[in-house]
Amino acid sequence: MSSCRKRCKREILKFAQYLFRFITGTLNADSVEDELELSAARHRPEALEQLEAQTRFSRKELQILYRGFKNECPSGVVNEDTFKEIYSQFFPQGDASTYAHFLFDAFDTDHNGSVSFEDFVMGLSILLRGTVQEKLNWAFNLYDINKDGYITKEEMLDIIKSIYDMMGKCTYPTLKEETPRQHVEIFFQKMDKNRDGVVTIDEFIDCCQNDENIMKSMQLFENVI
Amino acid sequence: MAAGVAAWLPFARAAAIGWMPVANLPMPIAPTNKNKHQDELIILNVSGRRFQTWRNTLDRYPDTLLGSSEKEFFFNEETREYFFDRDPDVFRSILNFYRTGKLHYPRYECISAYDEELAFFGIIPEIISDCCYEEYKDRKRENAERLMDDLEDNKDSKLPNMTFRETMWRAFENPHTSTMALVFYYVTGFFIAISVITNVVETVPCGYMPNQRDIPCGERYTEAFFCMDTACVMIFTVEYLMRLFAAPSRYRFMRSVMSIIDVVAILPYYIGLVMTNNEDVSGAFVTLRVFRVFRIFKFSRHSQGLRILGYTLKSCASELGFLLFSLTMAIIIFATVMFYAEKGSSSSKFTSIPASFWYTIVTMTTLGYGDMVPKTIAGKIFGSICSLSGVLVIALPVPVIVSNFSRIYHQNQRADKRRAQKVQKARLSRMRISKSGSSSAFLHSKRNGLNQSLELTGSLEEDQQLKKTTSLLESQHHHLLHCLEKTTNHEFVDERLYEQGYMQTALQNFPSQSPSLSSEEGITGTCCSRRTKKSMQPLSATHTHSHTHNLQELSALHIQCGERQALNTSRSSLNLMSDESGSLNCKSSGLVTTAIITIPTPPSNNSRASPDAPPPPNPDAPPLPNPGNDVVKISAL
Repeated sequence: MSSCRKRCKREILKFAQYLFRFITGTLNADSVEDELELSAARHRPEALEQLEAQTRFSRKELQILYRGFKNECPSGVVNEDTFKEIYSQFFPQGDASTYAHFLFDAFDTDHNGSVSFEDFVMGLSILLRGTVQEKLNWAFNLYDINKDGYITKEEMLDIIKSIYDMMGKCTYPTLKEETPRQHVEIFFQKMDKNRDGVVTIDEFIDCCQNDENIMKSMQLFENVI
Repeated sequence: MAAGVAAWLPFARAAAIGWMPVANLPMPIAPTNKNKHQDELIILNVSGRRFQTWRNTLDRYPDTLLGSSEKEFFFNEETREYFFDRDPDVFRSILNFYRTGKLHYPRYECISAYDEELAFFGIIPEIISDCCYEEYKDRKRENAERLMDDLEDNKDSKLPNMTFRETMWRAFENPHTSTMALVFYYVTGFFIAISVITNVVETVPCGYMPNQRDIPCGERYTEAFFCMDTACVMIFTVEYLMRLFAAPSRYRFMRSVMSIIDVVAILPYYIGLVMTNNEDVSGAFVTLRVFRVFRIFKFSRHSQGLRILGYTLKSCASELGFLLFSLTMAIIIFATVMFYAEKGSSSSKFTSIPASFWYTIVTMTTLGYGDMVPKTIAGKIFGSICSLSGVLVIALPVPVIVSNFSRIYHQNQRADKRRAQKVQKARLSRMRISKSGSSSAFLHSKRNGLNQSLELTGSLEEDQQLKKTTSLLESQHHHLLHCLEKTTNHEFVDERLYEQGYMQTALQNFPSQSPSLSSEEGITGTCCSRRTKKSMQPLSATHTHSHTHNLQELSALHIQCGERQALNTSRSSLNLMSDESGSLNCKSSGLVTTAIITIPTPPSNNSRASPDAPPPPNPDAPPLPNPGNDVVKISAL
């Protein structure tokens, strides 16, 4: 009974407020907008020295990286949509959003929905200055979508489909439905040694270290910064 | 690529490591950063005001003045800075463009000064961002109009030899071109006035006959009025026929509003002539006379303001429609209410709902004739609500119409609205071109065989020679796209080529030829791989002749061998005959597939064509110019 009364009171109060506003002519929108301003997140990264210690970049390199990062994301964090937008600009012919989503998950190590400068620079440090083991680890982490330690065929199919999506449809030879699937088959044939349908981290690293193509291409981006 | 995004290119390239374990082919060599010096600040001295920025910032847009080597012309050795003798205020917006990737147009700036600065610094105005683009376009249009008006004033004085018909048309359209035209203009105006006055005076009662009734002048002086009418109609008919003769496009003239008004003005007379004085039709004949009043609309040729009013009403059609609709709604509602409210009272004038419409309209427009008044209390209450809401409903759309009229009157933009549609389309297409510029830049460089140098360990000179045309940023971006191609073992092609290829394969879907080792005369498309159940390994797809894909010249099959040689997209293989390249490449007995061959047509625009390209076997087939080759290399967004 008392809850009913309370609710009644609340409703009456709201109605009285509404009537008052109606008579005096204030717009409803004014009060709501004040709250929207504060919702944008702001983030300041850790000090330069700390980042220098944690990553393998020099001070100057960190400066350059941060300037570029802050230019595109003035608030200091990248959320997934901005990330997708930025990444899609490099692949104008195709649709890079799915792969960007996987990349975002790989960079967002603490899974809080946004990539801060620390996450960004840690990821880059592994990719550009890390040992081969670390790079392969990172790649495995990227492919393992649900982070359970195994790459299944479905996960791999998703990844490969997203890579093919980046090509777009104007390709030569024309992309066919089974191309990604075939690619996954080849990958599993190569990687899955014990034929149990999943690729574990050891199988992956083992196999990649024996493949000279992959080894060579891992060193490709050493001098990016 | 947008400016800020250029800073993320290292990230995108680093992330490409994610593709490496998946790829089955070796990756191309990355372009090296020849000048390894650290990023430095450069000073831009614009008429004394010093701007400083990083060199990399300016390099983001390599086809503008500041981003290319053109700025070296302005380098001042003593002061070690770049000096530009231009307006520093406008330069602010230009430099901000490099920093943020968005070009803004400041409102206080003169449009032509701004345009000049943009042209000087090599920036196209189409990339002005959306927040400022409308303003820019409006100002530009005004400016262009003003220039055109000035031009027209000058143009009228010079008369190249025009035909008689053209002179007549010009005389009709611009009365102040010659004295004859002016005379004609005033004469027709005079006769329109006469005709209208005659119509009015015809109905005035003018003395009376012995019976009590006053008769109107028209019936008293029938002949005089008839003569007057005839004269006016003759003049109008002659004028109409002359306009019809002189019009450059008669069909369009006949469809125009003014000519319809002319026709409607003179038609009743002729119909009256034709019809006899029959009792049945004389009623209809009288009705037709009403149309004579349309002659007054002929004045709109003489009055600019009238034309603008007409145009305003046309452009405010939606507001007027809204007004009408809301009024109708309100009328029906209030009429219903009043009818039921007044139903009770005796001798009520509100006999039915349609009868109440009249009351509602009169009340809502605050006319209040008083011929129908509510008598019950409920009726009076609702009547007052009705009149209050009437004021509101009518007052709302009127200011919009008024502001529209004043805007049009001041700017007089009738034809420009039509022109604006075309400009918007042109702008969108230009932006699309510049956006696709990045992808076609990649294809462009592929065709030029630039990527070839990245794969083969070419000599250093070749590298340098080819490198100087693309900036480091571009070459890195292209390398990234190339890696993607290698990962997926497919190549980017132009849309046109893709569509051609698609249609071609659709046509050839029927003969399912099995792949064979011998080269046959035949046309097999990529559909082959669909039909044949053989494992068409995506590993060794063909790359060789995808670029100059003249499908009309498909002739032979080409043999493409295993993984290692599949990379040979070099121009040397393009130049060799198909069979030879087949044997060259087939070193390992790896996987063999079939694919399309095309004999490359000698590229028309591409100046890098090697001189020993063999003539195409079909000399009469039209050479396909390299699509996308003439894409204007605008600073790609």
